[in-house]
Amino acid sequence: MSPRQKRLSLILLGLALLASAVALVLSAFRDNLVFFVTPSEIAQGKAQAGRYFRVGGLVEAGSIQRGPDGITVTFRITDTAHALPVVYRGALPDLFGENQGAVAEGVLRPDGVFEAKKVLAKHDETYMPPEASHAVDQAQRAAQSLKE
Amino acid sequence: MSRIDAWRAATETKMRSPKSWWRFAAPKEFFWLTGKLVPGFGWAAALLAVVGLYAAFFVAPSDFRQGEVYRVIYIHVPAAWMSMIIYLAMAFWGIVGLTLNTRVSFILAHALAPTGALWCFVALWTGALWGKPTWGTYWAWDARMTSQLLLMFLYLGYIALVHSIEDPRRADRAGAILAIVGSLNVPIIYFSVQWWNTLHQGASVSLTKAPSMATVMLVTMLIMTFAAWSYSIAVALARARTMVLLREAHTDWAQKAAAAMIAKREAE
Repeated sequence: MSPRQKRLSLILLGLALLASAVALVLSAFRDNLVFFVTPSEIAQGKAQAGRYFRVGGLVEAGSIQRGPDGITVTFRITDTAHALPVVYRGALPDLFGENQGAVAEGVLRPDGVFEAKKVLAKHDETYMPPEASHAVDQAQRAAQSLKE
Repeated sequence: MSRIDAWRAATETKMRSPKSWWRFAAPKEFFWLTGKLVPGFGWAAALLAVVGLYAAFFVAPSDFRQGEVYRVIYIHVPAAWMSMIIYLAMAFWGIVGLTLNTRVSFILAHALAPTGALWCFVALWTGALWGKPTWGTYWAWDARMTSQLLLMFLYLGYIALVHSIEDPRRADRAGAILAIVGSLNVPIIYFSVQWWNTLHQGASVSLTKAPSMATVMLVTMLIMTFAAWSYSIAVALARARTMVLLREAHTDWAQKAAAAMIAKREAE
């Protein structure tokens, strides 16, 4: 091998070794790198009651209820397999709504209700004009009614 | 003659041949070529940015859920893409430089760093401004944002490292190694939204699936992306030209080129 090729193979070998080291570290810390846990993971006992953590999923349709004081909100976060009741006092982000992604930050009470100190809306990667969204909704409704 | 020897001989002939692309690895030829390229990319950047910004504000429709605030993607996404690609380019030039011992490769890596850092900052900043109304927070320590912040520190670290070593050849090598090692962070940024639960949404545009964006929005974003590419190339090459002149200040051609530049500026 020429010195040039030797240098190139050394660099590439070093990079490959380092990349595998990083991959091993990342897979070892896999569970700690998630921003939020899902309701199913809580049902499996992955989150401890009383500890501060985040739970994420979709806001279940029809589950949002506002309390009589006007600022307490209760809703359920679901990953379609399990749902977790959440209670929150405070202002909600604009994009918060039924069937939308949300991440709640707080503690799980012993009675199984998640007491949120903060609620974030999670946005998905779809971008379209309102007319297109309307058309998509109509098409889905038409497909639904054909099935029934 | 073995096949490797034959390949090496062919490569060396190519580098000397006046018709081959390899000759631009020589500082003088590089200076001449980039002198032709910089104005072209500069004008392309200006033109594309004007068209892209017009489309971003007046042609592209508002989003069905976010309303107007989504328009930040026309800056945010190209900036984030550029910040990742430029770091990879720096690592690439680092590998080329360490392998072939070509000075211009290291200079290209140095010249790219401030532009990459700028894009990285713009991505973080516009992301924070978008995050407040959309998510309800400026910042969250999720995998995407944390790894992008790490990229910012890698850029700043690279710039600081290269400037802290006085011997340019040692600075070149140290910088190249940092760029190569740090480039491992780029796939982590890119795939973070797939590998882990993050607050940041997944990719709207990728090579493996149809884009989940309306066509007008996508085209506008691509125009802005090409503008960002042209700007980055123009600025990085212009910076590299100055660095080449400084490094080659002991040569005849560099002194003549510098004198010609000064004379031209004085005439204007």
